[in-house]
Amino acid sequence: MEKTINVTLKVWRQAGPKAKGAFELYKLDNVSTDSSFLEMLDVLNEKLIKERKEPIVFDHDCREGICGMCSLYINGHPHGKDGETTTCQLHMRRFSDGETIVVEPWRSAAFPVIKDLMVDRSAYDKIIQAGGYVSVNTGGVPDGNAIPISKIKADEAMDAASCIGCGACAAACKNGSAMLFLAAKVSQLALLPQGRVEASARAKAMVAKMDELGFGNCTNTGACEAECPKAISISHIARLNREFLCAKFQD
Amino acid sequence: MAKIEETKIDAKIPAGPLAEKWNYYKSHQKLVNPANKRRLDVIVVGTGLAGASAAASLAELGFNVLNFCIQDSPRRAHSIAAQGGINAAKNYQNDGDSVYRLFYDTIKGGDYRAREANVHRLAEVSGNIIDQCVAQGVPFAREYGGLLDNRSFGGAQVSRTFYAKGQTGQQLLLGAYSALSRQIGQGKVKLYARYEMLDVVIIDGRARGIIARNLVTGKVERFFAHAVVIGTGGYGNTFFLSTNAMGSNGSAAVQIYKKGAYFSNPAYAQIHPTCIPVHGEYQSKLTLMSESLRNDGRIWVPKKKEDAEAIRAGKLKPTDLKEEDRDYYLERRYPAFGNLVPRDVASRAAKERCDAGFGVGNTGLAVYLDFSSAIERLGEDTIRARYGNLFQMYEKIVDDNPYKTPMMIYPAIHYTMGGIWVDYELQTSIKGLFCIGEANFSDHGANRLGASALMQGLADGYFVLPYTIQNYLSDQIQVPRMSTDLPEFDEAEKAVKDKIERIMKVQGDHSVDSIHRELGLVMWDFVGMGRNKAGLEIALEKIKQIREEFWTKVYVPGTTDGVNVELEKALRVADFIEIGELMARDALMREESCGGHFREEYQTPDGEALRNDEEFSFASCWKYNGEGQEPTLLKEALDYEFIQRQQRNYKA
Amino acid sequence: MWLIDSSIGRKFIMSITGVFLVLFLLFHSLMNFTVIISPEAYNAICEFLGANWYALVGTSVLAAGFVIHILYALYLTAQNMRARGKERYAVSKNQKSVEWASQNMLILGAIVLGFLVLHLYNFWYKMQFAELTGIHTGQFHPADGAAYVADLFSSPVYCVIYIVWLVALWLHLTHGVWSALQSLGLNNKTWLPRVKVISNIVSTIVILLFVSIPVYYLLGCGSGC
Repeated sequence: MEKTINVTLKVWRQAGPKAKGAFELYKLDNVSTDSSFLEMLDVLNEKLIKERKEPIVFDHDCREGICGMCSLYINGHPHGKDGETTTCQLHMRRFSDGETIVVEPWRSAAFPVIKDLMVDRSAYDKIIQAGGYVSVNTGGVPDGNAIPISKIKADEAMDAASCIGCGACAAACKNGSAMLFLAAKVSQLALLPQGRVEASARAKAMVAKMDELGFGNCTNTGACEAECPKAISISHIARLNREFLCAKFQD
Repeated sequence: MAKIEETKIDAKIPAGPLAEKWNYYKSHQKLVNPANKRRLDVIVVGTGLAGASAAASLAELGFNVLNFCIQDSPRRAHSIAAQGGINAAKNYQNDGDSVYRLFYDTIKGGDYRAREANVHRLAEVSGNIIDQCVAQGVPFAREYGGLLDNRSFGGAQVSRTFYAKGQTGQQLLLGAYSALSRQIGQGKVKLYARYEMLDVVIIDGRARGIIARNLVTGKVERFFAHAVVIGTGGYGNTFFLSTNAMGSNGSAAVQIYKKGAYFSNPAYAQIHPTCIPVHGEYQSKLTLMSESLRNDGRIWVPKKKEDAEAIRAGKLKPTDLKEEDRDYYLERRYPAFGNLVPRDVASRAAKERCDAGFGVGNTGLAVYLDFSSAIERLGEDTIRARYGNLFQMYEKIVDDNPYKTPMMIYPAIHYTMGGIWVDYELQTSIKGLFCIGEANFSDHGANRLGASALMQGLADGYFVLPYTIQNYLSDQIQVPRMSTDLPEFDEAEKAVKDKIERIMKVQGDHSVDSIHRELGLVMWDFVGMGRNKAGLEIALEKIKQIREEFWTKVYVPGTTDGVNVELEKALRVADFIEIGELMARDALMREESCGGHFREEYQTPDGEALRNDEEFSFASCWKYNGEGQEPTLLKEALDYEFIQRQQRNYKA
Repeated sequence: MWLIDSSIGRKFIMSITGVFLVLFLLFHSLMNFTVIISPEAYNAICEFLGANWYALVGTSVLAAGFVIHILYALYLTAQNMRARGKERYAVSKNQKSVEWASQNMLILGAIVLGFLVLHLYNFWYKMQFAELTGIHTGQFHPADGAAYVADLFSSPVYCVIYIVWLVALWLHLTHGVWSALQSLGLNNKTWLPRVKVISNIVSTIVILLFVSIPVYYLLGCGSGC
């Protein structure tokens, strides 16, 4: 009942942040098409360990598409070519027998490689630390139903909030821009009355941090939206632009 | 059999009527003034709902916080994967909910093995959590009128579950993460991402710091604090296959257990009824389908064995089966709660049907979760709006359209109610060492109700620990920051380095995963859904062999410098072996069935769990006695002052 | 200064200059179209836009718009290249929804600019510049635009060159117009597809008006059909 395929993997190996990396070829036979891409890599790693070689390092954790830890640029696409899918949810049935699969790390100046396919995405955390929050301390807040929020706005905020911070947007962007990531947070909070209070300050602080960290400028190619595993719309980028420009013109 | 010590364990529960205890505590506890808070350091290990909310709240109060996580970002913690929702006794639906009812449901759901005072406090602060999260900008689902929406969850007859699509855990965690990020931005929290705690440092009987390994450089480092808080989640991955994240582990718990913290009720593990069934040997994890699906989905297996066999052989499709040939066994057995019985009950019922030969799927280890009648009643669009992301996830994994064919599900390890013993203040048996969230044992008894894990994690982090830790820290204000050059740090670091070296030196021929997989099979077969004396004794024997195998045959490639994922996994598996043994030991000791712990010898004639309140109305507390020594069992008596214990009944 | 320091500020400048240039193109295309309807009317406009102070001010502002747009484009591209990092993907593909033009705005811009130089030589140098400096290199009167148009497009090679140029410009505009509105924040989920359609219509109208002239001459209609 189970179907299997044989694949060749061309994987980026890099010993450390400063080391020079290169592609290595691995042949892997009898891969179950029901296994996920990461399970396929597990099998490959198991094989490498048996051969007393160092396994391939890659980031992963929840393996159900929500933690945002997995990355990988597979055959020219972040998280592979399927839409709305993280690498951990990508299954081998999407590949054909005999296929050569090229696996690369996220490549962006702001995401330096740590080892092999593992990159440092702490820049995204720094952007959130610059203002991706509502400044309320624990306790002393009003009742949850004190401020009614239109369902439409709450739903749109939820769509923006579903960002998993995986970095695919910046990895896919030819400009290395983190605008979709940033916009998702600014937009989510700008849509809700709780976040409205400091919306201007937030937009300014987060954009300034993004620029400081060396991300590129958005040119609206839409690659981020197309590759986003949560299909976050670039309309949020428009809202960010609006928030930012209004804030700056008010200054 | 285990050594039993009849020490009276004091949980420091405040006196007074149940509903007044927490208020009384808060009004009388000692506090730390703002100027002194600045001089006190607190280490928080873990950045899940409990860890992140605690770190943020403590920093907001003015303490200096050092926060550690093994992932690349605090936002990755596995709380993020919780789907269905969070309970709160808001009674927004006017359906008869109250603090008392949430308290009662939780105690009953936990099969009367939780501490009354803790659970009542949990129910009391549950409403504050919702308010807090809304204020942070968590986009909870709302009604058209703009007010918060609720859904129902297992084990309750009211709708008190707040949710954000099927991603409630994600949204709550991102809320806590944003609060944490704000404190990191302000310099009040120092974040150590990609750091793994490897030991706690005890000086003069008090927790004074940790030893942690930088997972990028491989360097083992020392950190001092006036108090240490562990919020590192549960140990479900002992089973290798679970719904936990790949990195979830019980190592911090094992480290502090070995330093003297009691490990409580390790046998209480929750098997979640609605997971995608195991489908292959290469499988690395199991995926949960939210319990909220049981709001609208109906669970069934074929009524006739021959139909089940035909389905397994691929000769018959589930949609071909007529209504009268289907056995909606939960609705049949539990008419009052139907498909919404608690998780342990639903899981056991599925196992019972599959063991009896009515299971489906090619392995026969699956039952159907069917949405056809809900789709007929509400329309596909409504179902899509409610569960779209879950259906999509199912389709990606199984390659089958759940709108057309019923989903296949089977129980899997999901959550561990057991954990580090803590008193009412969430302090472990080591002074200055606190434990919060899933890592502790406190609130769920022998079984956790759906949508209560998020509630407990956030209750501990936002509203309980920030109070109770001050009661401890108030007499620490005179203690200066200590040097990490003290001999206690030397010793702890040396022990950690020795352990790493020992593992690296084995150079055997078994991969870490292969040993872990082996352990998982033993756990599932003998310490899983149905346990018995003979099986548990076999498990203890087998785990001993696995430990031997690990320390003589494991192979960890690479070096200790830089990233070494296999080494990280090996360190965790070494600890899983310890936990596995402790689980089996606890399960063997507890000669009764309660909640998630089902001993086949102790069941009612119709197969329900049979408690033994006379002998086992206690929380087991295991005290470590050194390598190769049997641990000592201590008992915290559970005195039910306010609730009358009953046989759990979800039938009528 | 946030218009230089911040990415959205820089994009704001790109958008504002872009929108300004689009408006100019719209005007220019409408003006050109008159040459088909009435060469006399066209020449009247040419005369009006000769070496007059307001026309010169307009020309200077326009030139400034071009220069700023180009300089910012270079600046943004340089920054974006740096942000991409040193190592490049060995394999990189686009999803279908990603338009080719959007990823190649600089190249399209460069093509447009190259032809623009030729265009300035063909017309502006012989017309407004000639009037301004008195250096007459053309064979007709500097204000006799219609004659220059007719002359240039009597060569089919020039017709084709101009059509190619306009196609590049069209591609540049299909992305540029909606992108400018997006960068200015004038967009939302509902309007995103609408804005794209509107942009395509605007760019197509502009380009069709322009293209109609070489096509008109190419079909031989210029010489009295």
